Amino acid sequence: MPEGKLCNRKPINTKEELHELLADKSGKQYYQEMNELDVDRGKLQAMLQKSLKSRLKTWLEICAHCGLCADSCFLYLANNRDPKQVPSYKIQSTLGEIVKRRGNVDNTFMQMVMDTAWSKCTCCNRCGSYCPFGIDMGIMFGYLRGLCFAQGFVPWEMKIGSGMHRVYRAQMDVTVEDWVDTCEWMAEEYEDDWPGLCIPVDKEGADIMYTVNAREPKHYPEDIAEAAVLFHLAGENWTVPGEGWEETSLAMFAGDWEACKLQVESVYDAMHRLKPKRMVVTECGHAYRATVIEGPYWAGIKTGKTPVESFHYVEWVAEALRTGKLKIDPAKKIKEPVTYQDSCNYIRNAGLADCGREIMSYIAEDFREMTPCRENNFCCGGGGGFNGMGRYRAQRNVGLKIKRDQILATGAKLVISPCHNCWDAIRDLEEVFHIGIKWSFLKPLLIGMVEVPEHLRPPEE
Amino acid sequence: MYPIYQFVTGPLAWLSLSIFFIGVIVRLILYIRGLDWQADRVTYHANVSYGVKGALRSIFFWLIPFGTRSWRANPGFTLMFFVFHAGLLITPVFLQAHNILLKERWGFSLWTISDKTADILTIAMLVAATFLILRRIALAEVRILTNAYDYIIMAIAVAPFITGFLASQNVSGYNLWLILHIISGEIMLVAIPFTKLSHFILFFCSRAQLGMDFGIKRGGMKGKGFAW
Repeated sequence: MPEGKLCNRKPINTKEELHELLADKSGKQYYQEMNELDVDRGKLQAMLQKSLKSRLKTWLEICAHCGLCADSCFLYLANNRDPKQVPSYKIQSTLGEIVKRRGNVDNTFMQMVMDTAWSKCTCCNRCGSYCPFGIDMGIMFGYLRGLCFAQGFVPWEMKIGSGMHRVYRAQMDVTVEDWVDTCEWMAEEYEDDWPGLCIPVDKEGADIMYTVNAREPKHYPEDIAEAAVLFHLAGENWTVPGEGWEETSLAMFAGDWEACKLQVESVYDAMHRLKPKRMVVTECGHAYRATVIEGPYWAGIKTGKTPVESFHYVEWVAEALRTGKLKIDPAKKIKEPVTYQDSCNYIRNAGLADCGREIMSYIAEDFREMTPCRENNFCCGGGGGFNGMGRYRAQRNVGLKIKRDQILATGAKLVISPCHNCWDAIRDLEEVFHIGIKWSFLKPLLIGMVEVPEHLRPPEE
Repeated sequence: MYPIYQFVTGPLAWLSLSIFFIGVIVRLILYIRGLDWQADRVTYHANVSYGVKGALRSIFFWLIPFGTRSWRANPGFTLMFFVFHAGLLITPVFLQAHNILLKERWGFSLWTISDKTADILTIAMLVAATFLILRRIALAEVRILTNAYDYIIMAIAVAPFITGFLASQNVSGYNLWLILHIISGEIMLVAIPFTKLSHFILFFCSRAQLGMDFGIKRGGMKGKGFAW
C-alpha cells in the first residue's frame, strides 16, 4: 500500500508538513493511516544489519530470564506487578522478536512495538542498574524507537516534535528571532527591579554560554528572566547564543537519530562560534542527557565530550552557593518539609546526585529524601516523552502513582524538581491525585532567597 | 566398558576441551570486535582510565554476594545464586579426583579440597538449583520469561554434578554413572560457547562494557563511580 499523507516513513522537514500534521487534531487521521502502513522489511533488515552490534546482540542473547529487572521498573510496580510489564519481557517480545524474525514483521506487530516502546518504557535506565548482566533495557528501547521511527510507526506528537527540531532546531516553533526578541523583552520587563540587568546575545569569549528549553521563551519566559537575574547577582560574565540557543531533544524521544545529530550540532556550532569557557544548560534533564552526554556521539566527536565543558544548572547553582557568588538569606530558607526529585537523565545517567544535596543544604531547613533516592530514584512518570502523548495519557497517569506514593511517604509539602519533564509530571500528579503539594524549579525559589548586593538593588523610591 | 572409558577420556575429552577453550576465546574476540564506539555511544579508546575504573567497579561489586543494591533487594535469590555458582565453579576445579587425573596426565595439579567439602558444595549447589527451578515456576515475573531452553540449560549444568556425586559415592552402577558424568561434563563444556552458558565469559564482557559506559559517559568523569 502507498504510504499515508501524514503517516509515512519520511520525517518532517518543512514548515508546511509540520502545520499539516499539527492540524490533524490528536493525530486522528494520522493513526487511521497508520493502520494501512506497510512495514519496509528490507529497510528494517538493513538497519538491523548495520546498527545492531555486539552490545545489543549480546544483551538480547544472554538474558538469563531471572526477573530481577521486574521490581526495578516503576511501570511494573504501578501496574500491579503485571508480568507483561517486566522489562525483559517488554524488550524480548518486541526487539527480541524483530531480531529473531530478521525483520519479517507486519503492521499489527509494529503498532504493538510502538505502543510498548512509548507507553511501557520511559527509558529511565533503572532496570539496567538492577540486571546482573548489566543489560540496559532502557537503552534498547531507545534503539527500538529508532527502528520504529524509520518505519513510520511513531506516535503523532513525537513525529511533530522531531519535525520541530528539523525545522526550528528547537522542540517548539520558536525562531531565532522569536528567541532573541523574548530575551530583549524579559530584560526590559525585569530591568526596573534589577538595574543593570541584561541578557547578552552572541557575546564572544564569555565565561558562560547559557542554553534553554524552547518551552521557556514560548510559555514560561519568566524562567529566562530569572536565570538572567541569578547570573546577574552572581556577577557572571555570560551570554546566550542566537543560533544554537535550544538544547532539548524530542528527536531523541522520537528515535529520529538524524535529527538528534542536527540538533546538537546547532549548539556545538554556537560553542565554536562564541568560544565560551563553558556551557550551562537550564533546568532540564533530557536536554543535558541529549546535548552533553549522548550528543558528542551523534556528532561523531571522538573524545565523547562537548566542544566546551558543559554543566547542568544544578552544577552551576551548587558552585555559586559554595563559592558565595550567591548568598542565601538564612531567614528566607525553606522551612516547610521539602523533597528533591532525582531526574533520571542528569542523576542516574550523569552522576549529579551530590549537587542536589549540596544545594538543599543551603536552602532548606527540613529536607527529606525520597525512598529510594539519588541514582536509585524512580522515574517521575513522565519521562521519555510520556508526558506529551495523548494516545498514552491513561498509561502515563497510572505510572504517576509511584512518584505520588514516594512524595507522600516523605511528608514533604514542596517538591523541588530542576527538570522540565519531572516538573510537568509532578504538576500533573497533583492535578490527577490532589495530594496537596507544591512543586518548583530552583530559579524562582532562589530569587526569593538570595541576598542582593547593595550595588544591584533598585534605587529607593 | 574399557574402550568407552578410553574414548570419552581420550579423543572426546580432547575434542570437548578444545571446543570449550577455542569457543570461549572466539566468543570473546567476536564480542570485542563487534563493539562500536559511536553506535554504543561509549568512547572505548578515549578516557581510558575512566573506562577501566568503571569496568572494574562494575564487575567487582556484582561478584560479591550482596555487593550491589540489586543483590541486596533480592536476598533469597542472591543466596541461592551464589551458592549455586560457588558449587559449580569450585568443585570441578579443585576436586581431588580431577586433580589426580590432571597429575597423572599432565604432571601438575591444583590445590585441592577435601572430599567432604566437595560433597557439601555439590549438595548445596543441587539444593540451590532446585530452589532456582521452583522459583522459575512459582514467580509470575520469572515464569513469563521462562521457556524450555531455560530448563535445558539448567539440566546441562546440573547433570555433571548429579552423575559425579553418584559416582563419587560409589553407589551401584558406578561404571554407568562415571561414563554419564564424563559425557555430561563434556556436553556442558561444548555447550558453553554456543548457548547462554556463554555468560561464563560474556558476563565479564557485558558488565565491563556497561561499567565503561557509566565510568566515561554517564557520570564517571564528573565524580565518583556509579553506586551499584
